[in-house]
Amino acid sequence: MNDMLKISQLKVAIDDKEILKGLDLEVGPGELHAIMGPNGSGKSTLGYALAGRDGYDITGGSIEFDGQDLADMEPEERAAAGLFLAFQYPVEIPGVNNAYFLRSALNAQRKARGVEEIDGMTFLKSVRESLKQLKMDEALLKRAVNEGFSGGEKKRNEIVQMAVLQPKLAVLDETDSGLDIDALKLVAEGINRLRDGKRSFVVITHYQRLLDYLNPDHVHVLSGGRIVESGGEELARRLEAEGYGFLEESAA
Amino acid sequence: MSETVEQVQNLIQQRYKAGFFTDIEADKVRAGLDEEIIAMISAKKNEPAWMLEWRLKAFHHWQTMKTPNWALLKVPAIDFQAIHYYAAPKQKNRPKSLDEVDPKLLETFDKLGVPLHERARLAGVAVDAVFDSVSVGTTFQKELKEAGVIFCSFSEAVQEHPELVQEYLGSVVPYTDNYFAALNSAVFSDGSFVYIPEGTRCPMELSTYFRINARDTGQFERTLIIAEPGAEVSYLEGCTAPMRDENQLHAAVVELVARKKAKIKYSTVQNWYPGDENGKGGIYNFVTKRGDCREDDARISWTQVETGSAITWKYPSCILRGDRSAGEFYSVALTHNHQQADTGTKMIHLGKDTTSKIISKGISAGKSNNTYRGLVRIAKRAENARNYTQCDSLLIGKTCGAHTFPYIESANATAKIEHEATTSRIGEDQLFYCRSRGLDEEDAVAMIVDGFCKEVFKELPMEFAVEAKALLEISLEGAVG
Ligand SMILES: Nc1ncnc2c1ncn2[C@@H]1O[C@H](COP(=O)(O)OP(=O)(O)OP(=O)(O)O)[C@@H](O)[C@H]1O
Ligand SMILES: [Mg+2]
Repeated sequence: MNDMLKISQLKVAIDDKEILKGLDLEVGPGELHAIMGPNGSGKSTLGYALAGRDGYDITGGSIEFDGQDLADMEPEERAAAGLFLAFQYPVEIPGVNNAYFLRSALNAQRKARGVEEIDGMTFLKSVRESLKQLKMDEALLKRAVNEGFSGGEKKRNEIVQMAVLQPKLAVLDETDSGLDIDALKLVAEGINRLRDGKRSFVVITHYQRLLDYLNPDHVHVLSGGRIVESGGEELARRLEAEGYGFLEESAA
Repeated sequence: MSETVEQVQNLIQQRYKAGFFTDIEADKVRAGLDEEIIAMISAKKNEPAWMLEWRLKAFHHWQTMKTPNWALLKVPAIDFQAIHYYAAPKQKNRPKSLDEVDPKLLETFDKLGVPLHERARLAGVAVDAVFDSVSVGTTFQKELKEAGVIFCSFSEAVQEHPELVQEYLGSVVPYTDNYFAALNSAVFSDGSFVYIPEGTRCPMELSTYFRINARDTGQFERTLIIAEPGAEVSYLEGCTAPMRDENQLHAAVVELVARKKAKIKYSTVQNWYPGDENGKGGIYNFVTKRGDCREDDARISWTQVETGSAITWKYPSCILRGDRSAGEFYSVALTHNHQQADTGTKMIHLGKDTTSKIISKGISAGKSNNTYRGLVRIAKRAENARNYTQCDSLLIGKTCGAHTFPYIESANATAKIEHEATTSRIGEDQLFYCRSRGLDEEDAVAMIVDGFCKEVFKELPMEFAVEAKALLEISLEGAVG
C-alpha cells in the first residue's frame, strides 16, 4: 500500500532562515504518529509547510500526500485533497459565524471534489453531534470563529472542525496544550473515534499523557530541524522521564 | 500580474455588472448651466412659478460659492458648463402605470436585478425607478394610497401635493447649505417623495433605484421624506451607472423630517460605476443627506453601504432637535483601485436626553483612500446627551490609506461621548486559517470582510443585506494576491 504521507529530505526556510534541515517521515494509511521535540525545533513549521502557508519556502526535498506532490498546491487545494491542520494557536475571525464558517469550508471542499453541497440539516446534525461529544456548548456555533473562546474551547473547536471535515490526514499541533484533564480525555476520544484504519494522524505534543490515550504507532523526536530519533510508545515514556538531554548525549 | 488586456477587461466586466448602456432615445437639454437651462427644466416639468423662483435663487447663490476643498479628496476640476443637466428617455406621454412604461426601460431594471413588476409582486417592496433625470414608474401605488401613504416621483409631488413640497422643501437642507446642495436645488430633475400620515406605519418597504444612463449627463435627484407624528417608514435606495471613460457627476440632496415619535430608517446601497483599475472614469458622488428629528422622541437611522463611485463625498447627518430624539449612522465604505471616499456623519444634539450612535467600517484596498469624517456637536441646552462612536478601518494590501477625523464639540458638561477606533490589516494568519479549511483566497477575504461589516449589515433589510454582501465580494475581486 502507498504511504499517506511521504516526506523526504524536506528543507524549509522562513525568511531565508533554514528551519527544517532535511526531514524524513513516512506515515502509512491508518497510522498515528506522534512528534515530540524541544521548543523551537520546527514542529509547527512542519505543520505549516504541510498545509502550505505562505512564507514557508520549501528549499529542498519533497512532500507527497496520498500520491500527490504538495509543492505546487494551494492551501485550499490541500484541504480539499483531505489534509487538515489543527492549529497550535487557532485564529479568531471577528463577526464570522462559527457554524457558517465551517459549513462554507466543508462546501468549498466538496465543490472542489465535485461533490454536491451538504444540506443544512445534515450539516447541523453532524456538527451538533461533534459538539456534544466534546461537551461543548452549542452556543459556540452561533459565536464568531474562535472570538473570545477560552484556550481550551479553541482547541476543542479544532477537533470539531476535524470531525466535520473528515480529512484523510490530520496534523494536530499541540491540541492537548492548555486543556484541562477532562477536556484532554474528550479530545483524545475525539481523535480515536476518527481512527478507522484508513485515516492517518500526525500528533505533535509535548506530553506523554495524550499519547497514553492514543497509543501511537510511532513516536519521533524532532530536534534542530530533523527527526533525530524514532521509536514506539516507550520513546515517549523515556522522554517524559528523562527530558531531551539523552539525545545530545547520544548525538555526541 | 501578467494578464492580457482582454483578461483584465473580462475581470472588470465581471466586477461591475451594472456597467451596460441602454440604447434608448433621450430627450436631452443642451449642455451648460444658466438661467435659460433652469427655466427649460422647470418648464419641461410644468412647474409652478414658486418652484422656478426657488431654483433660480439657488442658482444665484451657487454662483457666489466655491467648491469645498476641506475633504481628503483629490477632485479634478469639474467643468459645469460641459454637463447636460437634463436627460430623459423619450416617452410619448407620462406612463400612468407600469404597463405603459417602455419595455426597454423595464428590461434595464430587470437586468439590474430590480424587476419592477416582479419585485412589486413578490417581495412586497414598493419601488420608484429613476432613469437619468426622470422617474419611470412607481410600483404599488394603489396599496400605498389605501394606507394614506404618498410615494411618488418628486415631479409628481410638485404637481399633486404642492403645499407639502412647498412647506418642507429646503427645510432641512437649505439651498445655501453647501456648493453641491445649491447646485442640486437649481437643477434637480426628479427623485422620490414620501409622506407618511400621522400614526401610520408604512405597510411595506419603500425603495428607489437610481440609474444614470445617458452620456455627459449629471444626475441631480432630490428626495424628501416626511413622517408625521407616530409615523414609521423604512426606505431603501440603490444606484448604478454604465462604465464610461469620462467622469459623471451625481449631486443629490435627501431631506428627512421626523415629527413627534416618528421613525425613519433610510438605507443606501451605492454602487455607481467606480472607474477602472487605473482610475479612469467613474462617478463623482457629492451628496447631501440630512435628517431632522424635529420633535420629541423622533428617530432617524441612516445605513449606507458605499462600494461604488470614483469619488464619494457624503455625510448623512441627524439634527436631534426634539428631546429624547435619537440618531444612528451605520456605514460600510469600501474603496478599491483608485477610488476615494471621504464620508461620515454629523450628529447635532440640540434637545435634552438625545442619543446618537455611529458605527463606521471603512475598507480600503488597491491604491484607494478611505476617510471617515464625523462631527458630534452637543449644544449648550442639550442636557444629558449621549454619543457612542465606533470607527474601524480594515486595510487590504499595502498601498491603500485609511484616515479618521472625529470632531467633537461639546458645550454641555453633562454630555457623555464615547469614541473607539481601530485600524487593522487583513491578517495573513486569518487568510491562511480560512484557506487551510478549504476556502479559496477570494472567498476567505469576502468572509473576513463580511465579518468586519457584520454590525452594519444587520441593520439592512434582509434583501439588501444579501445584495450588499454580494456587492462587496464583487468589488473586492482581485484585491488580494
Ligand atoms: N516568521 C518567522 N520568522 C523567523 N523565524 C521564525 C518564524 N517562525 C518561526 N520561526 C523560528 O523557527 C523555529 C521553529 O519554530 P516552530 O514554531 O516550528 O517551533 P516548534 O517546534 O513548534 O516549537 P514549540 O514547541 O514552542 O511550539 C523557531 O526558532 C522560531 O523562532
Ligand atoms: Mg509549535
